Amino acid sequence: MNRILTNKWTKVVVFLLCLIPIGILAWEGPSGWGANPTQFLEHATGDWILRFLAITLAVSPLRKIKILGLTQLIRFRRMFGLFAFFYAFLHFSLYLGLDRVLDFSSVWADVVKRPYITVGFTGFVLMIPLAITSTAGMVRRMGYRRWQLLHRLIYVSAVAGVIHFYWLVKSDVHLPLIYAGIMAVLLGWRVYAWFSDRGRKPARGTPAPKAASTVAAS
Amino acid sequence: MLLKRAPDLKYSDVTPRDIYMNRRKFLYGMGLAGGLALAGKNLANLAFPSTRAYASTKLPGVVKGPFNTDEKVTPEGTVTGYNNYYEFGTDKGDPAKNAQKFVTSPWSVSVEGEVAKPRKFTMDEILKLAPLEERIYRHRCVEGWSIVVPWVGYSFSTLAKLVEPNSTARYVAFETYFDKKQMPLWGRAGIELPYVEGLRLDEAMHPLALLTVGMYGETLPNQDGAPVRMVLPWKYGFKSIKSLVKIKFVKDQPPTTWNITNAHEYGFYSNVNPKVDHPRWSQAKEVRLPGFFKNTPTQMFNGYGDQVASLYNGMDLKKNY
Repeated sequence: MNRILTNKWTKVVVFLLCLIPIGILAWEGPSGWGANPTQFLEHATGDWILRFLAITLAVSPLRKIKILGLTQLIRFRRMFGLFAFFYAFLHFSLYLGLDRVLDFSSVWADVVKRPYITVGFTGFVLMIPLAITSTAGMVRRMGYRRWQLLHRLIYVSAVAGVIHFYWLVKSDVHLPLIYAGIMAVLLGWRVYAWFSDRGRKPARGTPAPKAASTVAAS
Repeated sequence: MLLKRAPDLKYSDVTPRDIYMNRRKFLYGMGLAGGLALAGKNLANLAFPSTRAYASTKLPGVVKGPFNTDEKVTPEGTVTGYNNYYEFGTDKGDPAKNAQKFVTSPWSVSVEGEVAKPRKFTMDEILKLAPLEERIYRHRCVEGWSIVVPWVGYSFSTLAKLVEPNSTARYVAFETYFDKKQMPLWGRAGIELPYVEGLRLDEAMHPLALLTVGMYGETLPNQDGAPVRMVLPWKYGFKSIKSLVKIKFVKDQPPTTWNITNAHEYGFYSNVNPKVDHPRWSQAKEVRLPGFFKNTPTQMFNGYGDQVASLYNGMDLKKNY
């Protein structure tokens, strides 16, 4: 499996796969967006933000399941994360351009006054520094530890995204709860890994064994 | 081209559903046989027909009614393809798909409570109580979108007067048909069912309050509340209760579904009011479907203030939202 993952063409294929959602939306065109196109596009892009956040957060756990042989999945994590940001950018642009019709003061009023907008906006804004610092050069410049600490903000964005969805539905919370369940598993795994790793680690101050540091990198 | 029909058409004369549906299937078959030109994009349309795939019949003898807006009427496909009817699914496209097999004939509406002459009206009787009027109303959803619909019906007061409400009747309670077998998605609705609504008696008796049996000159499609519903153009759309089976004149303010679900967000009155925001979004503007931009200013009482504002004289509409 790792051999496929390391093939240079795989990255191209995965990149194209990640473009399928926006491709379908474009292909359908306005006639396929239904009676309320703005809401349809907002919901479609919103769904894909949550899906790409979940995919991004699934990379580390999947790499740890030895029998899958997916350690090389790490090569795609940045791409997944950037696609989450890409769909979040589209989502916010639709809200700003079509829903609020570029009325910035009403956007700000929403952000301040409406909890579901506040939390969604926060999730989006927190993704901006992650996108900016996603290059290898940035990792080097910041130092891995600090870079990793910053990029843990994706946990906040994922939780914020699910709350945003949960708070905006009128009564049928079925789908938001499914996303909440997925995020809970992905984030819960990290908590579990962190605790079990700490148990295994020698006392503070002594250098950690190599195996432990890869867990921390997730 | 419209077929000419005898004016004494009965509700029970509606084309049997399976014949109607088979006609569609036949057309789909033709389309498929026609070749792969229809494939790709159109496959989605075959699976989820967005166009008319319901049995509706032209209503005879419809006359022009009062209160018509001269605004552009919303395309019929928008009104039939974008519905809030949670019994048939909570996605706006769900009712158009899931309500197609909903049985609306035979149908009767029980009118009871604080009245001198309680009775059941069959659908045929309802269709003949008064001349059917076309009323082109604005319809504003609490979610911030709006449409302009040519409804067909007559003022609710026409029916109400026949049962002779007692002086003790101060409110009217309405109830939607509910059947778990026909509405298998009911458990996902997240609201208590059957759907119930209510009006103060003077609101219900206002000539704008329309007992509605059709739209676009035809019987109501199932997803739009067939076979009979209320339309209250100065209130948010959820007050305009669908698929009516019971109307009860009562002494006290009756419970209403969205108020039960979330009293903080949905009040008993729910008059369209751009100055009173929904706790989660502003009500100042609306998107006129099927448009893109939410830039149409919302009007007080949805533009029907001249007719209904006097019903609420002296009331604090911020409190009575």
